[in-house]
Amino acid sequence: MTNLLEIRDLHKRYGDVEVLKGVDCAMAQGDVISIIGSSGSGKTTMLRCINMLEDFEGGTIRIDGEEIGYDTAGGRRRRKKEKEIARQRAMTGMAFQQFNLFPHMTAAHNVMLGLVKVKGMGRDEARGLAEKWLDRVGLAERRDRYPGQLSGGQQQRVAIARAIAMNPKLMLFDEVTSALDPELVNEVLQVIKDLAADGMSMLLVTHEMRFAYEVSTRVIFMNQGRIGEEGNPREMFVKPQTERLAEFLMNSTFN
Amino acid sequence: MDIAAFLHVLWLARMPILKGVGVTISISALAIVVGTLVGVGVGLVLTYGKGPLRWLVRGYTDFIRGTPVLVLVLASYYVLGTVGVDLGPFEAGVFALAVFCSSHVGEIVRGALQSIPRGQTEAAKAIGLTFPQTFAYVLGPQALRQMLPAWVNTAAEMVKASTLLSIIGVGELLLRTQELISRTFMSLEFYLFAGLLYFVINYGIERFGRYIERKTSVPS
Repeated sequence: MTNLLEIRDLHKRYGDVEVLKGVDCAMAQGDVISIIGSSGSGKTTMLRCINMLEDFEGGTIRIDGEEIGYDTAGGRRRRKKEKEIARQRAMTGMAFQQFNLFPHMTAAHNVMLGLVKVKGMGRDEARGLAEKWLDRVGLAERRDRYPGQLSGGQQQRVAIARAIAMNPKLMLFDEVTSALDPELVNEVLQVIKDLAADGMSMLLVTHEMRFAYEVSTRVIFMNQGRIGEEGNPREMFVKPQTERLAEFLMNSTFN
Repeated sequence: MDIAAFLHVLWLARMPILKGVGVTISISALAIVVGTLVGVGVGLVLTYGKGPLRWLVRGYTDFIRGTPVLVLVLASYYVLGTVGVDLGPFEAGVFALAVFCSSHVGEIVRGALQSIPRGQTEAAKAIGLTFPQTFAYVLGPQALRQMLPAWVNTAAEMVKASTLLSIIGVGELLLRTQELISRTFMSLEFYLFAGLLYFVINYGIERFGRYIERKTSVPS
């Protein structure tokens, strides 16, 4: 069986700075992987390469066996056409630290946009699906509100509904609770836990160690552009194998 | 000031004044429409264009914005003729104002688009929208709301700038007023009256802009 996600020797640089120095990672259907590590370790960049929000210079990323972003033939590597990349991006869903809801659309319209314009769904069908997902994240009554009328936690839940409604094969979460007031964090984490329970494949960059511990099937510790350590959260958090991880965990809070 | 005498003359002169108002409105409307259409293109190139095309357009806007409108008006009437483009005063004037308007609208469009956070484009990409779709449904609508006040301001500026066309003999409101004054010597009265008419036109534009702003504002 092919892996859902397969990353091989991923390299990414910003000018002179190499942020990813050869990352390998494989993920099966239904895996929930948390990526932890200090800032600047490359975890967010890795996530953003998977849906081509960042171009990358070396390595391959495959989703369901399909090469993402580039075609490699006869040793030559060429970026795929924008339209093709747009189609591949729809294979994954992404939630951002800053929510990035479209401020001029209601919650329901935020969810509907991709359904209508990318999936070609009729408006009524899209409306029904949007309402279903907003209901799932506990916002049925807020569906006609604009983002500016919602709290941070509510906005983030709409953003997750917007991504999930597209029925992605893989969900990417980029520090989705980092911009939230502490009392709003749990409502968002609960939504992600529910998705995990449904068997959604997810890759999460997070600073919430307790959450990573509870929800992940596997944890990846990024260190200076490489995978420093990876494994089962129960083993990793209790018995870190590398000094770097031990140090990182010591400086992290588990609340 | 003899009010009764002025009102009498005003009534006699109503047709040239109305014609002047009509010409002023036509000049302004044409300049705004053409200038806006070209300006949106200019703004798009300034925001998303690359290489020589972008430098060219950058040069165009900087040059036009650094030139007095009166010079543009005179140049398009007197200079364009020498290179074989023979425009009448009305056409030349509208051309000059449209060019002027386009450079301003270009900058307004660029400013509005660049003020939209990058996250908006990224979120649109993440759900699989192509760039044209992202522009049509996400960036464009936000930029329009953002640029509306500045655009209304520019439109009002165009009405004021239309008075410069009196220099090249376009019979707009100011020239008609001056002609009346030269016949009646009621300079204070007619200048005040013309000022009032310009105010009414621009006040109308401003109210209309406010109305559109209210209509399109996003609740928060």
